[in-house]
Amino acid sequence: MDKFKVMIVDDELDFLETIVKRLKARNIDVNGVESGYKALEALEGRNPDVIILDVRMPGMDGIETLREIKKKSPLTEVIMLTGHASVESGIQGMQLGAFDYVMKPVALDELLEKVRQAYERKLIQTGKA
Amino acid sequence: MEQGYYQKLWWEIILTTLGFSVIPLFILGAVIYQQFSASYSAKVMENMKTLAENRSASIDLFFDERISQLSGLAQTNSLAQLSNEDYLHKVFNIIQARSKSYLDLGIIDQEGNHLAYVGPYHSILKPVNFKNEDWFHAVLSTGVYVSDVFLGFRKLPHFIIAVMVREKNQSWILRATIDSDIIENIVRAAWIGKKGDAFIINRHNILQTSPRFGGAILEAPNAPDFSKVTVPEAEDMTFNGEEMLFATGIIKLKKWVLVIKEDPTDQLSPLLHARFIMVLIFLGGVILIIIGAVVTTRSMMKELMIMDRKKATSDELMIQESKMAALGKMAAGIAHEINNPLAVIGEKAGWIKDLLKMEDISKSENFQEYADAVNKIEQHINRAKTITHRLLGFARRMEPVTERVNINTVLDESVSFLENDARYRNIDIQVDYAADLPLITSDPSQWQQVFLNILNNAIDAIGKEGEINIKSKHIAKNNEIRIEINDNGPGIPKDVVTKIFDPFFTTKEVGKGTGLGLSISYSIVEKLGGRMMVASEDGKGTTFTIYLPVT
Repeated sequence: MDKFKVMIVDDELDFLETIVKRLKARNIDVNGVESGYKALEALEGRNPDVIILDVRMPGMDGIETLREIKKKSPLTEVIMLTGHASVESGIQGMQLGAFDYVMKPVALDELLEKVRQAYERKLIQTGKA
Repeated sequence: MEQGYYQKLWWEIILTTLGFSVIPLFILGAVIYQQFSASYSAKVMENMKTLAENRSASIDLFFDERISQLSGLAQTNSLAQLSNEDYLHKVFNIIQARSKSYLDLGIIDQEGNHLAYVGPYHSILKPVNFKNEDWFHAVLSTGVYVSDVFLGFRKLPHFIIAVMVREKNQSWILRATIDSDIIENIVRAAWIGKKGDAFIINRHNILQTSPRFGGAILEAPNAPDFSKVTVPEAEDMTFNGEEMLFATGIIKLKKWVLVIKEDPTDQLSPLLHARFIMVLIFLGGVILIIIGAVVTTRSMMKELMIMDRKKATSDELMIQESKMAALGKMAAGIAHEINNPLAVIGEKAGWIKDLLKMEDISKSENFQEYADAVNKIEQHINRAKTITHRLLGFARRMEPVTERVNINTVLDESVSFLENDARYRNIDIQVDYAADLPLITSDPSQWQQVFLNILNNAIDAIGKEGEINIKSKHIAKNNEIRIEINDNGPGIPKDVVTKIFDPFFTTKEVGKGTGLGLSISYSIVEKLGGRMMVASEDGKGTTFTIYLPVT
């Protein structure tokens, strides 16, 4: 049983709800929010280990959200999720400290694997710190 | 169009260069020659005039001397003394001792009787009465008389000088015959060069001396009529179609005219020589200018053509790039918009699948149908995903990148783009890749553009029913990768094969091809450090060979 906490940020509600349901069905501690602001609000109370963050969102976009997350909680790992695998946003995300970026649509198992890897890295980083 | 444009430009440059260099050269030469010619001609004329005056003066002097000698002789001796032929002979010998110019002497009374005579024609002239001769009357009225040259009784050209003396109440005449040769010799001294001539004419334009060329003494000279000339002059005249220089001098005593005639080609030969050298230098200059103009223009045109070609290629590359960039943006937009719903569908299908595993639905009689349907949905989501991801990959390729590339993969991608087209045309694409191909560091999208271009051309060349072979091989010796793309189309004719990498060269119909595809491919390959060559056999097909450096 994985003990990590995951938060998913995506404005596409159908996608958000379904993926949360599916992860919960896999006994993963997950919650979903539909915007960058809400993600930042939820960050302190929930303190997730890994955040899956959509790059393109109305209002505060993924990159901006990532920047804020890294400011508030540098050890939280972020996986960028994008329907537009443009190299720039990917590279930009990585430069800002994202763990990886994944292109939609993605198979859930693949995504989960990335989440596990990200969590492992977090553990290592925390151990060091 | 290209050829005509360069041809026209070539002529324009050549003609302008020639115009601006030859015309000033010509004007300079002409002006200098004109000035030189004018001053030289003037000098020649002046010389001739001086010569004519000089000779005339000599003749005048000769006449003066003879007249004063004869007058002195007549005044100092009486008629009685001189009528004695022995005495006259003695006198003749004395004057002859100082000057050989006299042929004979005679004493004539006022009736015209020849009282005494000394000279070679004693028997002919002694009995002659001169009463009816023109000169006899002239001397009686003027006192001194110099005749024109005439033949007279002795039938030889000569002239006489006669002086009349008044003694008491009677007049008598001392007459001397002068050898024409003396005058002739003075005139002859003015025969200059090979064609120069000089002669004396009287007031009736009758020759008084033998000219060097044409005409004889006592005839009309072979020259314009100068008999009415009163002042010495020199001029350039055309006579009988021949250009001649003439100078005249006046013999005052007899009002004879000395004419000096010279051939300008003789006299002006230094000038003509100068003209010849001038023309030679001018022609040499013109030839040099022409050669210079042609050589510089040729190299300029060559440079220009190369620049134009480079520009055409780079322009086309830029257009191509911006076209592709726009296309890429659009593709990326579409892919993005499709990916989001696709992701939702995927998750929903995944959720159904999850549910199918969890619940008791497995007991439902249609369970298998549900499972199959969900699997199919996932399968087709994957299929759509492949397409959108490829679109995104295409968009990404618009930006120049260097990455580790497996050329076989790039070739495969290129083939996959054209597979459908090839299949419709019944063209079989066979690949034979080397498995041990090393990765290279390069821009895969640029290589893809090259391969696509060659494959496209191959498909167009074959038209319908044929085969394309693609081979890749690692050549360890040079550490490079060789790619051969071969088609069994109609091939490229020999005269065309050398031109196929030239910009704007196309064998396709007007409007179907820009003629730039291969030239762009060629420049891409060169830019990426590779080489591209073509081999073709008429009727058997074409092979493009590309060498890529392994870096």
